[in-house]
Amino acid sequence: MGRNLTAYGFLCAALICFALFSWYPMIREIVLSFQQNNFVDPGEWVGFDNFRAVIADPAFRSAWLNTAAFSGLALVIGYAVPFVLAVVLNELKHAKAYLRFVVYLPVMLPPAVAVLLFKWFYDPGAGLFNQALDAVHLPPLSWLDSTSTALVSLVIVSTWMNLGTGTLIYLAALQSIPGELYESAELDGAGLFKRVWHVTIPQTKLILLVMLLLQVVATMQVFIEPYLLTGGGPENATVTVAYLMYQYAFNFGDFGGGSALGLMLMIVLLVFSTIYLRVSREEAER
Amino acid sequence: MRTLVSPLALRTPHGRIMYWTILTVTIVGFTGAFVFPFYWMVSGALKSPDELAQIPPSFFPKSVDFSVYKEAWDQLQLGVFLKNTAVYAGGAWLFTLAVDVSAAYALSKLRPVLGKLVLGAMLATLMIPPMVLLLPTYLVAKDLPILHVDLLNTPWAIWLPAAANGFFVFLLKRFFDSIPKELLEAAEIDGASPLRILWSIVLPVSRPIIGVVSILSVVTVWKDFVWPLLVLPETDKMSISVGIASLSAQMPQNVLIASLVIASLPTILVFFVFQRSIMAGLTAGSLKG
Repeated sequence: MGRNLTAYGFLCAALICFALFSWYPMIREIVLSFQQNNFVDPGEWVGFDNFRAVIADPAFRSAWLNTAAFSGLALVIGYAVPFVLAVVLNELKHAKAYLRFVVYLPVMLPPAVAVLLFKWFYDPGAGLFNQALDAVHLPPLSWLDSTSTALVSLVIVSTWMNLGTGTLIYLAALQSIPGELYESAELDGAGLFKRVWHVTIPQTKLILLVMLLLQVVATMQVFIEPYLLTGGGPENATVTVAYLMYQYAFNFGDFGGGSALGLMLMIVLLVFSTIYLRVSREEAER
Repeated sequence: MRTLVSPLALRTPHGRIMYWTILTVTIVGFTGAFVFPFYWMVSGALKSPDELAQIPPSFFPKSVDFSVYKEAWDQLQLGVFLKNTAVYAGGAWLFTLAVDVSAAYALSKLRPVLGKLVLGAMLATLMIPPMVLLLPTYLVAKDLPILHVDLLNTPWAIWLPAAANGFFVFLLKRFFDSIPKELLEAAEIDGASPLRILWSIVLPVSRPIIGVVSILSVVTVWKDFVWPLLVLPETDKMSISVGIASLSAQMPQNVLIASLVIASLPTILVFFVFQRSIMAGLTAGSLKG
């Protein structure tokens, strides 16, 4: 009995913090999304009204499509790259410390700094990217200012600043592959790409899957890039669900609509998190 | 150790050429992609607004005049922002350690009734990214349930939520689980209290994991943007990221870039010094859940 009391003495600070900032907000989110609230009077239950209003908003469709496109593009541009980099880094016997340090450098930048830096690079006039295009005699792009390139521009920043994490995690996974597997594959006459396909990828399959799910969950929450680079424009081309949620609450003062959006995003992300949990448990058991 | 390419293949003339080509391409590519932007930032800050707008750009600034850094420091009150961020990150670090270490210790070594349930509820929070709970969490900080205290514009709005970190509890508990029972039992027989055991036995052997959690917690708070944007709206209370972002529109380009350089220095310095722990935390992170 005394042991329990002592234990909960040690636990109480954590219980309070978790209750206030993790557990209660989950319940509050659900409550908020079914209420009309001005935070002076008690909230009024309005059923699915908030959801209906949010879904009817033309920006709603754009936000989900953009979020899906952002995650999809981030996978296309950003998912294979760290793996390829890790495979190459694992073969190199020189400049190892330098390359590892450098690839992780952007991850250490505060995201706001990285995003503002790229905002300057994207400047249609004297920005670095258009200057570089000009130097190789290509026509300039309007990057953030055009509906066709704005979203891709956001994906590029996001990939640049997050690439290092995946690369170093894959590198750690590659180093645990037993060398004999490559040897016997080689004896069987497997060429370089066959060895990647039949040894490297199967051996890192679970971590690849885990990272895939983590990346989807991370990129679906994209907020800071549209917030700082485009404000959701041009013509809603970069509005994302998280950004729209923010706008509802802090620009329109509609916490009900914002919470409804948050709840929808939460349910979608929970699906991925559940798969992630299954997969990582499988890996832990290996 | 044997990797994808066999050492034999590397010793052939063809293999050697391939190896050195790939090495060169990788070094040049990495430098271009990950170091050059930093050079462009540092050198860009030294250019005048006219030189910044010039097409084609100058590779080296025409004159090296560091006064722009001083200008950025004064105009953007970077000193205040940096001090604020240090207070937020430092306090969050102390708070996180105190709260999460004692929680993990209780769950790992004291094992109270319902301990498993509590741990489960803490780990469950990892399934739900904080972003989707942004609005209700903000409302909690604005008007704390029961007590009705407004935490906005106070450091508590950063410190308290920072301690509610299921991942840190998980990392610490997993490490504490690996400390042999006999070590603690011997102390218990000698009449040491649980607090004394935590302080003089558990903590000293847990230095590696405490190092990892410390750096992760400081860096996370330092880099955070959305949460401080919401809970610290007063200009004098802003963190460095939020401060620069909110003042960026009114700044001359070169002053803004100089402030970006200053804002990126602290975390880069931390990386220089604690590279090992940071990378260790990364692989610990990959196995979370």
